[in-house]
Amino acid sequence: MSHHIVEVTKLRHVYPDGTEALRGVSFRITHGESVAIIGANGAGKSTLLLHLNGHLVPSEGSIRIGDYPLTRTTLPEIRRTVGMVFQNPDDQLFMPTVYDDVAFGPLNLGIPREEVEQRVLDALERVGAGHVRNKAPYHLSGGEKKRVAIATVLSMSPDILVMDEPTSGLDPCARRQLMQLLKEFHHTKIFTSHDLDMVLDVCERTIVLHEGEVRADGPTREIFADERLLLECRLEKPLSMQGCPVCGTASRR
Amino acid sequence: MHMADALLSPAVGGTMWAVSAGAIAYCSVKVRAEIDDRKVPLMGVLGAFIFAAQMINFSIPGTGSSGHLGGGLLLAVLLGPQAAFLAIASVLVVQALFFADGGLLSLGCNIFNLGFLPAFVAYPLIYKKIAGTRPGKIRLTVAAVTAAVVGLQLGAFGVVLETTLSGISSLPFETFLYLMQPIHLAIGIVEGLVTAAVLSFVYQARPDMLPAPAASPRHTLRPARAMLLVFLSAALLTSGVLSWYASARPDGLEWAIAKVTGQEQLAEPRSGIFPTLASLQRKTSFFPDYSLPGPDRPATHEAAERGAAASASAADLGTSVAGIAGSLVTLILASLAAFLLRKRPGTA
Amino acid sequence: MARIDAASLDITQLDRLALGDTFLHRLDPRAKVLVTAVFIIAVVSYGKYEVTALVPFVLYPAVMLAQGRIPFRVIARKAVFVLPFALAIGIFNPFFDREILVRLGPLSINAGWVSCAAIVARSLLTVAAAIILVAVTGFPSVCWALERLGMPRTFAVQLLFLYRYIFVLVEEGRNASRARELRSAGKRTMGMSTFVSLIGHLLLRTWERAERIHRAMLARGFTGEFHARREFRFTGTDLLFLLGWSSLFMVMRYWNVSRIFGNLVTGIFR
Repeated sequence: MSHHIVEVTKLRHVYPDGTEALRGVSFRITHGESVAIIGANGAGKSTLLLHLNGHLVPSEGSIRIGDYPLTRTTLPEIRRTVGMVFQNPDDQLFMPTVYDDVAFGPLNLGIPREEVEQRVLDALERVGAGHVRNKAPYHLSGGEKKRVAIATVLSMSPDILVMDEPTSGLDPCARRQLMQLLKEFHHTKIFTSHDLDMVLDVCERTIVLHEGEVRADGPTREIFADERLLLECRLEKPLSMQGCPVCGTASRR
Repeated sequence: MHMADALLSPAVGGTMWAVSAGAIAYCSVKVRAEIDDRKVPLMGVLGAFIFAAQMINFSIPGTGSSGHLGGGLLLAVLLGPQAAFLAIASVLVVQALFFADGGLLSLGCNIFNLGFLPAFVAYPLIYKKIAGTRPGKIRLTVAAVTAAVVGLQLGAFGVVLETTLSGISSLPFETFLYLMQPIHLAIGIVEGLVTAAVLSFVYQARPDMLPAPAASPRHTLRPARAMLLVFLSAALLTSGVLSWYASARPDGLEWAIAKVTGQEQLAEPRSGIFPTLASLQRKTSFFPDYSLPGPDRPATHEAAERGAAASASAADLGTSVAGIAGSLVTLILASLAAFLLRKRPGTA
Repeated sequence: MARIDAASLDITQLDRLALGDTFLHRLDPRAKVLVTAVFIIAVVSYGKYEVTALVPFVLYPAVMLAQGRIPFRVIARKAVFVLPFALAIGIFNPFFDREILVRLGPLSINAGWVSCAAIVARSLLTVAAAIILVAVTGFPSVCWALERLGMPRTFAVQLLFLYRYIFVLVEEGRNASRARELRSAGKRTMGMSTFVSLIGHLLLRTWERAERIHRAMLARGFTGEFHARREFRFTGTDLLFLLGWSSLFMVMRYWNVSRIFGNLVTGIFR
């Protein structure tokens, strides 16, 4: 199923103020992969994500989503294929009720009303938020907001799920539930995160960005084992891979 | 500054509703026609911003009192007149519904006073003319202060006019004017200073905020035509008020007689020779026979009251109808004309 | 600060009330909007010296409060907040309008006081009607009703967006002014320069938020059109509700019910 492929080639992006945020980034993500994009603040993660959905236009290089290169004409199709969940659910949930919000995407796609109804209910069920469907977004807890934000994208049945900082701002329990949920998706998944334990748990592959370049790209576990690499990129081993500071026993691996 | 339902007559409230609803319809079409769908969330969020900002107080130097931002002019500068007008109107709707800040009937007045005047008069005719495209700090301040003062003076004048025309408050027109205008001069200066300061603050951080909204290619009315319209409607309104004022007051002698003799005597003019006395008549007719109830009274009562109510409303509208209604209709026509004229320069 | 706290509390409270599920909540929002309009027009259409005829109109808020299970204090709080504004103007009436209108034995009341009382009565009634409308309908549904009654879609969308982000922005504004308060040694209000930079930062963040929201909208296929989903059916019950109240208001408008009762009562005692 070639349409689940994300291919980024020599992507370069220079902001209007002259900042070079991406300096020739290339990678290829195939169907069903779960990939984390990590890096220090300012490494270019957000800039990269905004390209995947056509919100930013490459200064150089190209992006292919599935069978199509990302261009102005393919944009609507690509935005349907790539479901993008932004970091702050308050930016993502802008409609009066949860139901309206989850229906927003499908209605924009011109899907008939009955099917929209079904899709909304399915999507909410899927993230375990069916019971809040008539609530207003501002009455939800942080964890519920995040789930609903994911549902707003799922209702458009995307092939690729892109999430910016999925676990930020969640309490430990909500975070754990969300990770469980993310693991259940069969989509091609791309996350950015500073939550390296989540990355270790959810993503089998990790791309490390450093100052606008791909510094490393490989199996998550290998990358986290390379302490020098992590240090250079202002990152740290996930806690679960560090030795226990209290009892001194080695980590679970 | 917000008008309240309690002080408003249905005629004035309804007219202002019609004017504001027309302006909302016009602006909605305009904003929709713009290709820039960025403005959809921007207008909403900036409206919410103004809502929040209005609740944060600052102390006004040298006075010991505190004030808050009104925000009409600020929105007009950031969003352009049409979008700003819709944003302000929406804030007023929410305030009316949730805080009873101004009422539902007076919403039309409030949207006009606080939305239309800053967005379509103060901003395009004053701020823009003075500030130009890339104002320096001083120019910006002068422009904002002048525009805010004019906007608020007009707004205050609107409140006075609407209240007086409604006739619920007994405050004489001049007294009310003397109460309102000077206060709003002070408020306007502070509003202008704060608006200018906030604008130069954000422009420094995000220079792109300046051209983006201002990039809307449309231009406002050509100044001469616009000024003409403004003066025309102001003149008509004033003449309307004056004519109403001259005719609606009972003249001095009758007033004095009424005061001296009290209600028994006043029952006589009820025969209705002087329509100008109808307002007095109404006063006397509603509370007249407190001590004279009887089995045969209710029926005649009702009849009398209905008659009185009819003649009373006839007096409200009657003598002054030409002046007031005429000028209000003119105002609508003037606004409509302004809208039509504004359409002309095209949306290229 | 107190204001911004109170404001968010007020909105949240009304919003929660609107989640109720009573007969009134289930009515078509259009019916409720129209009844409110008729009510307000009826109330303000009286002459300035009419107090007694206004009294029967209390029936509407009273019934609605009861039927919609809205606590009375919700209305009372608003009334306390709004009354000073009406009184600020109304209080002048007794000084400018001094003709004696009512004599109750030794007590004589001038026309100004009567009209001032009328202003207060009108204030209370109109405020109550507006608050009740929101409390039993909810803001989004009021918007929907208004749109169906002819309000442009663009403005409806604007209202909904505004409403959604009031919660977010009030929160942000509150945090910002709280942060300032904590570092300003107990000074209640801030100086203008502090205010400008606080508001300026808030404005910048708001602007960026709008950009992010816009991206989120585009990501979900937004093309400038909003598609309505909410559907209510205007049923017989709604019609009955609308006509019932409206005709009652008409009746009360044309016959002074208070006076009729008054005459009856005084008639009995005579």
